[in-house]
Amino acid sequence: MKDKILDILKEIRPEFEFDGVEDFFAEGMLDSFDLMTLVSTLDERFAIKIDGTDILPENFMNVDAIAALVERSPKR
Amino acid sequence: MKFHFTDKAITGMMVVVPEQERLFADDMRLFNAPENRSRKLAMVMGYWAHRVVEEGVCASDLAEYGFRKLFADGKLKPEEIDALVYVTISPDHFMPPTSCILHGKLGLRRDCFCLDVSQGCCGFVVGLLQAFQLLEQKGVRKVVVVNADVISRKVSPKDRNSYPLIGDAATIAIVENREGAGDVFADVRFDGTRAMALKIPAGGFRQPSSPETAIMTADHEGNERAPDNLVMDGTAVFNFVMADVPPMLADLAHDAGTDFAGIDKYYFHQPNKFMLQKLAEKLDVPYDKMPNNVVENYGNSSGATIPSAMALNDAEMLCRETKRVCFSGFGVGLTYGGIVMNCGGFDFCDTIYYPNKGE
Repeated sequence: MKDKILDILKEIRPEFEFDGVEDFFAEGMLDSFDLMTLVSTLDERFAIKIDGTDILPENFMNVDAIAALVERSPKR
Repeated sequence: MKFHFTDKAITGMMVVVPEQERLFADDMRLFNAPENRSRKLAMVMGYWAHRVVEEGVCASDLAEYGFRKLFADGKLKPEEIDALVYVTISPDHFMPPTSCILHGKLGLRRDCFCLDVSQGCCGFVVGLLQAFQLLEQKGVRKVVVVNADVISRKVSPKDRNSYPLIGDAATIAIVENREGAGDVFADVRFDGTRAMALKIPAGGFRQPSSPETAIMTADHEGNERAPDNLVMDGTAVFNFVMADVPPMLADLAHDAGTDFAGIDKYYFHQPNKFMLQKLAEKLDVPYDKMPNNVVENYGNSSGATIPSAMALNDAEMLCRETKRVCFSGFGVGLTYGGIVMNCGGFDFCDTIYYPNKGE
């Protein structure tokens, strides 16, 4: 799953290496609009529905946080 | 505050949008954003085109244009308007009230009650409630609710967070008592502790406009804006909508003796497609019951987006049939509210274009 998430991140911002980064937002690698694109892509690729109240930067700050969110989000 | 009314109806709707259309793809070139990134964003958020006024055009100009068309077509007469509720966050002046300016231009009766309401994204809901209250007075038969804004004039063209999605529009809803229309349930709530999440910092008495307030600076995402421009804490507003609006609507549906499945159509404020789809998922409502295409066609025109969604998607149906609908607006204030009522059988539901003058 983590590789798939890294691939998605790379699609959104190909200029960055996301692996091993602790906080994508603090490092300026993702902004608020990238977050919306990321949610939409995760929903589609993992066939999940990320809850609107979970769309908080802390749930997308690194690969582990995203993987945990994908795990707990309901399937479509 | 919760409201309950009986036998109130919207009987006609006019939407006025500027002829001038800007394409998202053109806007994005201003931000030096990679094309691929912009294209993905456009698909997710529903950005395609937005309609904005030319320099110098005020919201009341759009509204006046709509009224004159209605008068010319015989769909409304100046002398039958008992009250004019004008909802805006972009008034022509601090004083006089814009409703009074329109009153004079349109030749309305001296006893026509005029009221300006300062509301944004929830402005259609708040305006309708004002109309319903006025209709409780004896002798009041026809109230017009105008939602008009030209917020594009207050958004920095170098603000990628706001400029590509903003639109200008005026809408006119004719509201009347109608026997047998049924019950109307409403709920409007406020959280003033977060009032500054959506703001235009300068230009009022707290911070008057000056040469200094026109100086642009860049934020951490590279958006450039000045204190004279609209600024939005997008993350805070998004989280407010996701956390606070669904419970309010659940209460409202309960008060109306129904549930989300029992409502035919959801006409909501139109901030962007992504937010509306996430809201639909929270309510477990099919996407096709909640139109989300106003931003991609016109842009977000604040309180005018709900009537715009109705006219853009369901003009014919709303003239032909009556549906159980839920209106909801959320944003500036922070204000959030909803109305559940029967809606349809309109005499008209028209969209017209305010012409460019600068050519």
